[in-house]
Amino acid sequence: MELSDLQDIARKERESQKPIRVRCCTAAGCLSSQGQAVKSALDEAVAANGLEDRVQVIGVGCMGLCSEGPLVQVDPAGTLYERVEPRQCASIVAALDGGDADANVGDTTRPFFTRQVAVVLENSGRIDPERIESYIAADGYHALHTVLHDMTPAQVVETIIAAGLRGRGGAGYPTGLKWATVAKTEADRKFVVVNADEGDPGAFMDRSVLESDPHRILEGMAIAAYAVGASQGYVYVRGEYPLAISRLQTAIRQARRMGLLGTQVFESPFNFRVDIRIGAGAFVCGEETALIRSIEGHRGVPRPRPPYPAASGLFGCPTLINNVETYANIAPILRKGAEWFASIGTEKSKGTKVFALAGKITNTGLIEVPMGTPLRTIVEEMGGGVPDGGTVKAVQTGGPSGGCIPQSALDTPVDYESLAQVGSIMGSGGMIVMDEQDNMVEVARFFMEFCMDESCGKCVPCRAGTVQIHRLLTKIRDRRATDEDLATLRTLCEMVKQTSLCGLGQSAPNPVLSTLRYFPEDYRALIGAPSEPSANGAAPRTA
Amino acid sequence: MAVRTLTIDGKPVSALEEQTVLDAARDAGIEIPTLCHLDGATDVGACRLCLVEVVGTNRLLPACVTRVAEGMQVVTTSERLREYRRMILELLFAERNHVCSVCVANGHCELQDLAIAQGMDHVRFDYLFPKHLVDVSHPRFGVDHNRCVLCTRCVRVCDEIEGAHTWDVAGRGSRATVITDMNVPWGSATSCTSCGKCVQACPTGAIFRRGSTVAEMDRDRTRLDFIVTAREKKQWIG
Repeated sequence: MELSDLQDIARKERESQKPIRVRCCTAAGCLSSQGQAVKSALDEAVAANGLEDRVQVIGVGCMGLCSEGPLVQVDPAGTLYERVEPRQCASIVAALDGGDADANVGDTTRPFFTRQVAVVLENSGRIDPERIESYIAADGYHALHTVLHDMTPAQVVETIIAAGLRGRGGAGYPTGLKWATVAKTEADRKFVVVNADEGDPGAFMDRSVLESDPHRILEGMAIAAYAVGASQGYVYVRGEYPLAISRLQTAIRQARRMGLLGTQVFESPFNFRVDIRIGAGAFVCGEETALIRSIEGHRGVPRPRPPYPAASGLFGCPTLINNVETYANIAPILRKGAEWFASIGTEKSKGTKVFALAGKITNTGLIEVPMGTPLRTIVEEMGGGVPDGGTVKAVQTGGPSGGCIPQSALDTPVDYESLAQVGSIMGSGGMIVMDEQDNMVEVARFFMEFCMDESCGKCVPCRAGTVQIHRLLTKIRDRRATDEDLATLRTLCEMVKQTSLCGLGQSAPNPVLSTLRYFPEDYRALIGAPSEPSANGAAPRTA
Repeated sequence: MAVRTLTIDGKPVSALEEQTVLDAARDAGIEIPTLCHLDGATDVGACRLCLVEVVGTNRLLPACVTRVAEGMQVVTTSERLREYRRMILELLFAERNHVCSVCVANGHCELQDLAIAQGMDHVRFDYLFPKHLVDVSHPRFGVDHNRCVLCTRCVRVCDEIEGAHTWDVAGRGSRATVITDMNVPWGSATSCTSCGKCVQACPTGAIFRRGSTVAEMDRDRTRLDFIVTAREKKQWIG
């Protein structure tokens, strides 16, 4: 495979495009609401009308607005159909040449779509994730070719540093610095690893990228491997994502067949092999040292750092671990340049961030916005606020490791520093909106139950501490707690945060601490003598 | 071998560069409480009792896996550390069913000693009273999960010193338990060589010699030391 071959494939793919293209979402969200039946019905309708040479039905990845799925969009007209049912497909096809279809037409000019800036999701919902030609036609693998033939590994690392990309897994460590560290460490064997063990309740960004544009991750990995001097990569993906795994397997097979992975990629001396490792369903395996243990075939438990994986990771070799979304940013940065990337976002948080909007919000789904976009814009404008005229009480970001941001702080821009200032974190991008019906003690208790169940059991504060925090929260919820219990809860949370071995334990108390800080009245209302359950969600002992 | 100079609790201490803060402190006669650390086995930094403060960093660092560094200023006791250590011990006591008065290790128990040394005189948390069984299927030894603190010393000595890897951990969170082979009764674990190293290693009365009665369990850790020294330094001295 050479550049001319790549361009040929792209040209043929574009030429074979039919004048009218009907894109149908086949990502997990829409598939769960009859997406596959909709696509089949569209195919049948096209065949029944004898439109095969003019109309093409394409199964694509996520188009973002999951709450209105299954989604179907028609090119070039741009008409978006929402909540499409198989029986409506005949009328959609009939309306392709003008006229109205018997289906809900979505407004593509609303802020949910217009406020987005697509970098990571630029191909999502546009290309067929199961065809490598479709990715190549969207300029795929061109960046890899450029890197292998026109750049030194050091130049690639410099570009990533100049772009100012920070890790999208949550902590926001400068990606370029991590790459430089691994590149500088001398070793015979190095690895690159993709952390696709997304386990935060309410988050599905990584799943969506893997399902919608798997080749982008492979290209990002290959560029990273070239930059740091690795020849073997692993995608560690959670077993709960079967569709993402299958599309990734397809993508690896296609790329290998075309010589874009394997030995002598693009006829260069660079060799790169990618394998998939499927997680058995442990939240802690998203922690990098536990993830490494799991790939090695051991029990997935974290170990103290240092040594960091960049110095001693998989099988004791220097290992580069980045999140799915981080790798997804790599190809566009090399294609469009570090300056272009650095021009998006804020001074310290460059680029865009993908968020999974969920909870009490009108438009749930996936959005990508420039860093620094105010939370209010996301929740109220793009998300459409709380349905049925309710008011936002809090926005939970960062999953079990994050915190609840109160309504009064909705003007906080979403970037790493600002979110930390209000006691939350970016996390991997889960965003759950809560309204006045939600009791914050119950919310904190939910996240603590999650952490308690997902603790690996290795260190005492996390294993035994989360259990006791959960018990104290239950006691408060059940109106059995005293002021002393509240004080113990605070001390225990501080202690678990300060003393736990890994990020899971260190951040587990965050939802409790942030709700204690912003919603003390929810706690206070439940302290004291037992009484009848009140209207604000304080349920009697049931669970 | 290079030497580093540091201060521990204000006392100047010199240590070999590969030494941990824990080793350096012990050499200097400063005791840092530990539960999962065992000389001769790799450190896992799991019990968090040996956390110390290091001037210049906000994070608490586990002394057992933190290497000494030139000019490092270590604080091993502070009000914060004392409070956290007591709380960790309270959490352990509340987690399983530790009843000293009917335990084989009473009077020879590291958990008990630590509680006394750290001034833990009551437990603030609810006792969880989990249902745990006692496995006496092995002809010579037994394991009482009610006393287990999951320090994994048994797992490590069995794997690293005996080379059998009979012990491991199964389950997550507070449901984690030590198991033998593929979670079979100890007596049926075919990989077990009955060497008794796990019995020597256990800090509490969780792994014991059958036939021991209350407060009878005493341990001879020099046996483990002997094997480790023999292996690492090729010196066969008892």
